[in-house]
Amino acid sequence: MARYGMVIDTKKCVGCTDCVIACETENNVPEGFARDWIEQIAVGKFPDTTVEIRSERCNHCSDAPCVTCCPTGASHHSDLGGIVLVTPNECIGCKACIESCPYGARFVNPEGYVEKCTFCIHRVKEGKDPACVSVCPTHCMHFGDLDDPNSEVSKLLQKRRNHSLIPEAGTNPNIFYLT
Amino acid sequence: MNQLSRRRFLKISGATIAASTAVTSLGSVVKGAKKIEEKTGTSIKGVQKIPTYCSMCFWKCSAIGYVKDGKLWKIEGNPEDPLSNGRLCPRGTGGVGAHYDPDRLKYPLIRKGKRGEEKWVHVTWDEAFEFIAKKMNKIKKNYGAESLGFFSHGIGGGFIKHLLKAYGTRNIAAPSFDQCLGPRDTAFEITYGDVIGGPERTDIENAKCIVLLGSHIGENMHNTQVQEFSKAVENGASIIVVDPRLSTAATKAKYYLPIKPGTDLALLLTWMNVLISENLYDKEYIDKYAFGFEQLKAEVSQYTPEWAYPITGIQPNVIRETAREMARYKPSTLVHPGRHSVWYGDDTQRGRALAIMSALLGNWGRKGGLINQDVFDIPSYPYPKYPETTREKADNPNHKYPFGGAEGYTTGLREATLTEKPYPIKGWFVYGTNLLYSLPNMQETIDAIQKLDLLVVIDVVPSEIAGYADVVLPESVYLERYDELFAPYFKQPFVSLRQPVIDAPNDQKPGWWIAKQLGHKLGLDKYFPWKNAEEYLDTRLKKAGLSLEIMKKKGVVKGPKIPLYFEEGMDAEFDTPTGKIELYSMHLAKEGYDPIPKFTKHAEPPAGSFRLLFGRAPMHSFSRTQTNRLLTNVMDENEVWINADIAKNYGLKSGDYIKLKNQDGVISNKIKVKATERIRTDCVYIVHGFGHNSRMLKGAYHKGASDSQLITKYKIDPLMGGTGMNINFVTFETEV
Repeated sequence: MARYGMVIDTKKCVGCTDCVIACETENNVPEGFARDWIEQIAVGKFPDTTVEIRSERCNHCSDAPCVTCCPTGASHHSDLGGIVLVTPNECIGCKACIESCPYGARFVNPEGYVEKCTFCIHRVKEGKDPACVSVCPTHCMHFGDLDDPNSEVSKLLQKRRNHSLIPEAGTNPNIFYLT
Repeated sequence: MNQLSRRRFLKISGATIAASTAVTSLGSVVKGAKKIEEKTGTSIKGVQKIPTYCSMCFWKCSAIGYVKDGKLWKIEGNPEDPLSNGRLCPRGTGGVGAHYDPDRLKYPLIRKGKRGEEKWVHVTWDEAFEFIAKKMNKIKKNYGAESLGFFSHGIGGGFIKHLLKAYGTRNIAAPSFDQCLGPRDTAFEITYGDVIGGPERTDIENAKCIVLLGSHIGENMHNTQVQEFSKAVENGASIIVVDPRLSTAATKAKYYLPIKPGTDLALLLTWMNVLISENLYDKEYIDKYAFGFEQLKAEVSQYTPEWAYPITGIQPNVIRETAREMARYKPSTLVHPGRHSVWYGDDTQRGRALAIMSALLGNWGRKGGLINQDVFDIPSYPYPKYPETTREKADNPNHKYPFGGAEGYTTGLREATLTEKPYPIKGWFVYGTNLLYSLPNMQETIDAIQKLDLLVVIDVVPSEIAGYADVVLPESVYLERYDELFAPYFKQPFVSLRQPVIDAPNDQKPGWWIAKQLGHKLGLDKYFPWKNAEEYLDTRLKKAGLSLEIMKKKGVVKGPKIPLYFEEGMDAEFDTPTGKIELYSMHLAKEGYDPIPKFTKHAEPPAGSFRLLFGRAPMHSFSRTQTNRLLTNVMDENEVWINADIAKNYGLKSGDYIKLKNQDGVISNKIKVKATERIRTDCVYIVHGFGHNSRMLKGAYHKGASDSQLITKYKIDPLMGGTGMNINFVTFETEV
């Protein structure tokens, strides 16, 4: 089975939030909520400040606490590339998954179920990239199978220095940031 | 009268009107209004894809609107578009929110309270036109047609401009010139005989070294520029950023120079000194193409890195090292000419310095430099000639500002309105620009408005200027209308079509319709001979061997490739008095200005005050987008960037709210503090466009603060009339 993930180049990202807005329209995300977001982390003393700009979202972890803690099985790994999904009509809105997620990637949709990034699985099934990836004007985002050594994402990880977010949580996240 | 050729100025002055004039009878005036646009995708099941071009900023990328079951779903870039390459920016993607914006103007309004009170009567279009036409006829009779002025921003203003020219005025001005790129383009025209234009003629993607002075690409989200910049970063281009603030672009830089604000010209002159004294400039290129090198050499010999250090705060070794870095990659070192360049009132001279730097690096006409552009030629509509005007334009009497000219001076027109000299201006039309937030010194604008017998505002949202109007006409947003064709100067000539993707939700109408209907009321039918926009567009397109039918399907059509560099056959002749790149300017010498730029010192903020700097955020455009809920979802207020140490001294932390007070005692709305290690200690920075005070803008009302309110002081560039706005100082009001 494939293991879908993303590789995001922080050197190219300008933090424009196009990825956020494309997700909103593509997935009809309710007003006031977002499935992805931008972080800008500044370190150091001016003028020797370094800044990492990151587009963040659900990390579609291989060891996902949101999946193991879900009492109904609504939160699950999809057969398609291990994408972490929530089945709305199985979700009781208990928010255990929201508590367990180290990335703050989930929220309760006003209709009562938990919502999050799906890697635009409806697009992936059609052979397209997720909306955020395909819209990015800086081409800083890449989507693909991390288990395929010949995929673009695997090659980028072999070639470039990178890190994931909060690896110490032990969730085996599938989004990596090139630095 | 100055001698600049201005062969391209029309194209860059914002309110492009490719057509020049025109004409006839309309059918029913207003009753048939419902049927004016061909029905769009509404009520059709499934997904329809309709190409158009964007209007969320003025870059105008081609887009594809997706309509699902009759409702606007999403907007993507058109893959055939040479500007976006199929990828829109956040505003373009968020254009969906412009259609659904709950704060949109819905019906024509006539003022019933005092100006600025925002009290209205809803009227029909016919009543609105009747009201306007009566006042316009009166102005023409009592003062002459020239006593009507037009402020416009964006291609949508084209049809209104045509109407007002047919009425008989030439007093037309755009903030895109005087409040933006005017000094830069004037400087390049003086130096090279040609402008930088927009989209800029910058070959960013092929540059090996990129130098940005205050140009915040990435926050300034002009799509092609950002895409190419990102490509250059990937290619490992050496990036040098000069900015008092660690901008997004600066975070990608090899060299970041945190310059003292207002001293860029000193740095540029010193870089020239190093390039020349260390023999690093492109000698062969200068010998072949340039005029005035010896004078330049003599002039800049005084500007040593040691001289520049106390002025700019940049260490001499860094100045030398960066000059050498630029020389290492010449001629593919792009000293970006910037865009928004009205900073200190000597901006044309700073633009000249940028132009001269490009020449010393042999960069104009070279790969990775300032490259060739051409236009997809679409013949204009065969309109009848506009009426002759008898009086000179009111905005620049006796050519007070010798360079610039044809595009019109916004603040000059405002001054003429205030002083009634050289003659009274009694009516204003304002299209697509929130004049109170786009011109410096809001009070002067408000005072000028009091002199008017008629103020008509045409817009999509009730901006602050709309609050002062006598009549407000609600235009349909770009996704709901036809507009002028877009065919800019670019490295890949193309033409693109704006067509309706979806119907307007209420009684909003397109600009072309407004112009034609009002033209009818004014008896100007002969200038509107076409039945509707389709007929107008098809006539022009057929003359260019295309048709509306083709354009409706494709959205964008490219012209043949053109030579981009000298070595490919780009014209190496320069339309200047000497026919060369003028390091020493004959134009400037003749008019009595410094033929080679000289450093002028600008006032520094007194102790406890901070220079107010402003710029842009990638997800908003000017003060036009702050009610678009898709965009406010990612940014709904601006912050004031304050150096972390300074903030600490004031007991402020990120998230606190303060007010800013300027040197004239003007106090801003409250604004959130961003205490940051990304800015110098002598200035603060805010994103332009927030701090709305129009109660009709419910989604934006009192969110953040407006730089425009605080810019009471401005310094006019004596060469071309641009308004330098970075000369205001603020203090903090921490009790809010």
